[in-house]
Amino acid sequence: MPQLISFTDKGLFCEAGNFYVDPWKPVERAVVTHGHSDHARFGNKYYLCHRFTRPILQLRLGDNNYQTTEWNETINMNGVKVSFHPAGHVIGSAQIRVEYNNEVWVVSGDYKTEDDGISGKFEPVKCNAFITESTFGLPIYKWKPQQEIYDDIITWINKNKENGKTSILITYSLGKAQRVLQAIKETTQTIFAHGAIYNMQQTLIDAGFDLKPVVRITPETPKEILKETVVIAPPGAEGTSWMKKFHPYSIGVCSGWMQVRGNARRRNVDAGFALSDHADWNSLLQTVKATGAERVFVTHGFQSAFSRYLNEENIAEAAEVKTQFGDEDEETDSPLEIKPVERADHE
Amino acid sequence: MNKELDIASQERSSELINSSGLELFANLVSELSTSTKTNEKIQSLVNYFAIAPDADKVWVIAIFSGRRPRRAVNSRLMREWCTEMVNIPEWLFNECYHTVGDLSETLALLLPDEKNENQKTQSLAYYLEKFIAIEKEDENIKKKFIVDSWQQMNKSERFVFNKFITGSFRIGVSQKTIVNALAKVVELSPSVIAHRISGNWDPVSTTFQELLSESVSLSDFSKPYPFYLAYAIDDDIENLGEINEWQAEWKWDGIRGQIIKRNNELFVWSRGEELMTDKFPEYFILKDLLPDGVVLDGEIIPAEDGKPLPFAVLQTRIGRKNIGKKQLQEAPISFFAYDLLEYNYEDWREKSLTDRRKKLEEIILPIENNAIQIPEIIHCNTWNELAELRKKSREMNSEGIMLKRKNSVYKVGRKRGDWWKWKIDPLTIDCVMVYAQKGSGRRSNLYTDYTFAVKDGDKLVTFTKAYSGLTDKEFAQIDNFVKRNSIEKFGPVRTVKPELVFEIAFEGIAASNRHKSGVALRFPRMNRWRKDKTAEDINTMDDLREMLKMYGK
Repeated sequence: MPQLISFTDKGLFCEAGNFYVDPWKPVERAVVTHGHSDHARFGNKYYLCHRFTRPILQLRLGDNNYQTTEWNETINMNGVKVSFHPAGHVIGSAQIRVEYNNEVWVVSGDYKTEDDGISGKFEPVKCNAFITESTFGLPIYKWKPQQEIYDDIITWINKNKENGKTSILITYSLGKAQRVLQAIKETTQTIFAHGAIYNMQQTLIDAGFDLKPVVRITPETPKEILKETVVIAPPGAEGTSWMKKFHPYSIGVCSGWMQVRGNARRRNVDAGFALSDHADWNSLLQTVKATGAERVFVTHGFQSAFSRYLNEENIAEAAEVKTQFGDEDEETDSPLEIKPVERADHE
Repeated sequence: MNKELDIASQERSSELINSSGLELFANLVSELSTSTKTNEKIQSLVNYFAIAPDADKVWVIAIFSGRRPRRAVNSRLMREWCTEMVNIPEWLFNECYHTVGDLSETLALLLPDEKNENQKTQSLAYYLEKFIAIEKEDENIKKKFIVDSWQQMNKSERFVFNKFITGSFRIGVSQKTIVNALAKVVELSPSVIAHRISGNWDPVSTTFQELLSESVSLSDFSKPYPFYLAYAIDDDIENLGEINEWQAEWKWDGIRGQIIKRNNELFVWSRGEELMTDKFPEYFILKDLLPDGVVLDGEIIPAEDGKPLPFAVLQTRIGRKNIGKKQLQEAPISFFAYDLLEYNYEDWREKSLTDRRKKLEEIILPIENNAIQIPEIIHCNTWNELAELRKKSREMNSEGIMLKRKNSVYKVGRKRGDWWKWKIDPLTIDCVMVYAQKGSGRRSNLYTDYTFAVKDGDKLVTFTKAYSGLTDKEFAQIDNFVKRNSIEKFGPVRTVKPELVFEIAFEGIAASNRHKSGVALRFPRMNRWRKDKTAEDINTMDDLREMLKMYGK
């Protein structure tokens, strides 16, 4: 009998249930962990996702055959039980629990264990086999408590104001943008945003989430009203002529990669805030232990180091798996990649 | 609103007053590394110099001008102590190190966070002087000091602390930036400051006042002048105007140096402001041959009977602590003096090049010793004539031509306008990338360090590494390629599918038995990414041997 979830060139495949989890090539049935573009792609005939993810997919992928589910609701697919559990990564992000013949597998998608108050509180799910991400799977990645980072961001914004500068915060439109906006909503009355950020934020507000509205920057937005304000922009906007309007400004990047000085220096930004939507080293380890899984498959990130450590420390029998969720470089918050979805629209 | 801001900034400055010297410095370093504009950097330094303890300021000047205490603890021990504290295997430490690309930062990131709030860190001078004090102590004492210190520090303090121990403190501030900041603080001109902080002084026994006072520079006879550096010419040569306003010289390929004779003593300085007197016994005789109170600018060059040899010859003796008979015989050197900065204890830098050259000839020509010579001026009537002559540079073991305006003064640092280097085009070769390794600093976690190969029959032979010459965007694309096309992983090195072709440019080639290919290149860098070529089209080992025959000697 093949293993419950096998690793194919189209993606993580559950043969018994005849579905894929986050496939990277078009398939009949896709179960989608969350709305980031390396996990939710075009061209599938059927999408199963959490209710919160649906408006995100609708925004990014347009009309498709979507079916939604609630947390912990069991869906039967060919006799295989499938359920969604909060992954704490972004709004709607889920770990997928798959059960068949008394065997339980969990696909983590992307996850973070610290509760950001928006993305749902992560819960480890008991299983026999756990497929985990490893984006920040090295012990150099240890996050500060989020409140400390938010305080740093606010201090930075105030300092920029004192110096007569606009603060441009670079965040991904899904996930980091919502977190940062919640954290700074009291510091300034109006927050301006790039079109990509605005679209996502507005989509989520329309879907019923209680989030801070942002003002979209258009070619008509007068330069004067932007002075000393806060602007949220996606990575694709960094360094483009779109930024000229905000001069004088200071750029701060919110990304786990900012943990290492070299990354911040390479991007030539004024400030780097190591704020991540992924689990750090200790959280990855704790999660693996909490699932009780005997077998662990390590995907995208530092998979070779993390799986070797799990094996050597006898935490689990671990193996590396190659996926197209990126290969230590192109996670959604990679230091370099500029995702087409996030691209600045020079409007 | 303004009132609130006022209070906020007052709070901040009172916080700063409570900060330890190390903390102030750690803050300075993080400010410097995130600001991208020189003026902001200067302002950060000025602010720092305004509040830092005097002893710390002296150390900061010392460190940024290349004077650091000898390594008190070797880095292997620091790694051991850290892995022990964090309880991780050595291989995992190495993975982290290769991802971060900087040992000090890796240590700072790995060490446990819990800082005891009641324990305050000390001044910068305290730690640096402590390093000197424990240098000869045994391992346990060193370990106790380092581990205890780590436990009192936050992450950014640990980072700078580690940097002091491991050396190589590069944080994007040139000595010139420091000099400009100091000039603002003490209200002296940058060239006076540059002169005062150069030379032979000890941060332990020198106070900030002494360092920047007139009397000190008078008594320090070894003190060199800051070098004047030329830019490469980037415009049509004709635009320099009349050729007779210019003095043309061959550009020699050696080590830029200053020879100082004062108080009947001889000092040899390199451009990196390293005192190298002992490395060149050939020059000792100049103490008797040169007049007193003289400073010469020129090139330290391997030469036989006044004829320059390839630079590779000099390389065999540069790194050595002791120069033996063998090196003296195989790599004889001479000093090609081309400028006069001081004569009779008088600063001559404000005089015109023509005047300086005339006096220089008066001093050097009568000496008639292989240890020193005055290179000839090239006389040409037209730019075309000079351009023709320039083509012969490589035969002369010269890198091209220097053009200096005849009425120019001797400036400080790299300045445009009066001095230009007109170098010959480099040698080039097409080759394929076969290994890649992650870089360091701002290239951390990016594959930016490559090894290249040429064809030898149906095999590939590696012959050089190169790290520079591409844009950030190109590096990002290649990084992506490496991650997708690596074949095997050997520690930090990945073997890569031999597909990407590059044109490597270099300044010279020499035979070498340390390299598999039998050749060593001088200043190799990536000139172009040849996307139009495949691995089939690259040069061969025979091509390299041919180049070695023509230019290697």
